[in-house]
Amino acid sequence: MNGYGVTDLRVRYRGREAVGGVTFAVHEHTIAALVGGDGAGKTSVLRVLAGAIAPAGGGVRRPDERRIGYMPAGEAVYRDLTVEENLAFSARAYGVRGPEAARRADELLERTGLGGARGRLGGQLSGGMRQKLALAMALLHQPELLVLDEPTTGIDPVSRAQLWRLIAGAAAAGAAVALATCYVDEAERAATVAVLSDGQVLLDGSPEEVVARTPGAVVDSAARLDPVRSWLRGVRWRTWSPDGTIPPGAARAELDLEDAVIVAELARLGHGTGEVAA
Amino acid sequence: MWAMVQKEFRQLRRDHRTVAMMIVMPLVLLVVFGYAASFDVTEIKTVVVGPDAQAAAERLPAPFVVDRVEPASTREDAVATLRDGRAQAAIVTGGQPQALVDGADLFAARAAVSALRQAAAQAGQPAPEPEVLFNPDLETSVIMVPGLVGVILVFIGVVATSLGVVRERQAGTLEQLAVMPFRPADVFVGKILPYFLIAAIDLTVITIVGNTLFDVPFRGSVLTLALGATLFLFVTLGLGVLISTVSQNQGQAIQLAFMTVLPQILLSGLLFPLHSMAAGVRWIGYILPLTYFIQLSRGVMVRGTPIDALVLPLAMLAVLGVAVFGLSLVRFRRDLAPSGRTRSRAAEESPTVPAGAR
Repeated sequence: MNGYGVTDLRVRYRGREAVGGVTFAVHEHTIAALVGGDGAGKTSVLRVLAGAIAPAGGGVRRPDERRIGYMPAGEAVYRDLTVEENLAFSARAYGVRGPEAARRADELLERTGLGGARGRLGGQLSGGMRQKLALAMALLHQPELLVLDEPTTGIDPVSRAQLWRLIAGAAAAGAAVALATCYVDEAERAATVAVLSDGQVLLDGSPEEVVARTPGAVVDSAARLDPVRSWLRGVRWRTWSPDGTIPPGAARAELDLEDAVIVAELARLGHGTGEVAA
Repeated sequence: MWAMVQKEFRQLRRDHRTVAMMIVMPLVLLVVFGYAASFDVTEIKTVVVGPDAQAAAERLPAPFVVDRVEPASTREDAVATLRDGRAQAAIVTGGQPQALVDGADLFAARAAVSALRQAAAQAGQPAPEPEVLFNPDLETSVIMVPGLVGVILVFIGVVATSLGVVRERQAGTLEQLAVMPFRPADVFVGKILPYFLIAAIDLTVITIVGNTLFDVPFRGSVLTLALGATLFLFVTLGLGVLISTVSQNQGQAIQLAFMTVLPQILLSGLLFPLHSMAAGVRWIGYILPLTYFIQLSRGVMVRGTPIDALVLPLAMLAVLGVAVFGLSLVRFRRDLAPSGRTRSRAAEESPTVPAGAR
């Protein structure tokens, strides 16, 4: 296997299995996304990959700890240190010193738009700014493996776009980026996606592959067609038709990753049989 | 309103520590104050020296309890016995009898002085005025300042350290530290060294201020106190880290730190003399690190006790230090080296994924 990742990973917390046999790989120059709802096991997979927790079973492949950049969920910056001091600590921890550390910090501050907040305490930053600072801290030593746990959750669209530019930039520069997100539209920017549910991989592959493997048909309609297999997209309804039939009043929809994820979850829950109720 | 009351009770039911603090603490305080809070001295450990020692020992009234009779010993030997903390009072016979009292043991000294005066009055004959050594004016500050040094070291060690570590856990930065290229020992030492240095500065400042402002003497060796303080700090910093490893947030850490600090203040001999406590609670005092540090600091500062007479408190602090510090290091490592990153770097770089896997 090239790159990094986990194989048949199992994670337990106090006897409860949070991850039950997940395989997830990430290669250099690419972004691999873990998608799933709360409690799906995304964070556990990333924590093992980064080396923050020990797995209960399975294999882990990661580079030396000096070449891993990790941004845990929640704004993990020092609130009583300034932006500059946070970056300086990260630089020293990874052995980046002197003018090189200052140069990289300056560059990241500029790219994150935090240049004007150098002297501000971490605790005085907005949530989005803290996320950007946390990402900058993870990027400063130019890691080979970048592990990001929901880097864009809860922040405004402009900051999200800035963060994504940084993440894509790191991948372009050669890093293998593994990230978790609950935004399926973000996962579409990744080279590979693994959809987790209840500690297991529901789907994986490139976003196009995942979409293409969706069984049956997804139809678009103005009204709700099924009490279980319909979901709202904007002001229109989508409905999964497992056998591919197009009900009257509906048209075949252009599928995207979000639809594919919902269909996979419906199938997992055993809603893949029978006709559309309406 | 009932909705609020019900919610509070539901929350409390799940907050075992607060419930423990509200229900168990008052009981503990009741027992402690009932059995331990006593300034009454019923026994004064006494050594009798000089040619007439045997006869004098037999005439000695309560509360003096003769521990040793040494006819061959002199006044110098008696002073050394008090200095080393092996007795609280000494009677020197041969010629005009002399009564020596250890002023560093304030309550025993006061009891001894009043008992001796009373005995002299009852006998109706002029008796020598007892001579109070080390703290002739029986001042409280002279014994409180050395004790206070210990209390401050406990505060810094337990409260400040546990809060400092828990803050990292709460902010999520401890997890980041776990994946950074630090050895757990680097994080551990890096985390507690600043507190260690601040405590050392505090110790120096309090000692100097106590000396200049309250005339607290410093008769013994600075090195002995430094050694004792270092061992004591290991115990308290270890306790602080240990508390942080079982606390999820700063509130929990404060609660636990409070439960650790309070018994030490009450049962270490800082306020109430250990020998006046009921045996049922006194044993608790003998497992608390502050007890031994106070013995040491009062010995070194007030009496000038040499190191060879302080082997017991030093050894106890060392034992407690190894136990508490060791345990905290083990628990801290478990937090910080979860993936077995203690193995060699070469092994780290080799894939752990079976060949041929995906």
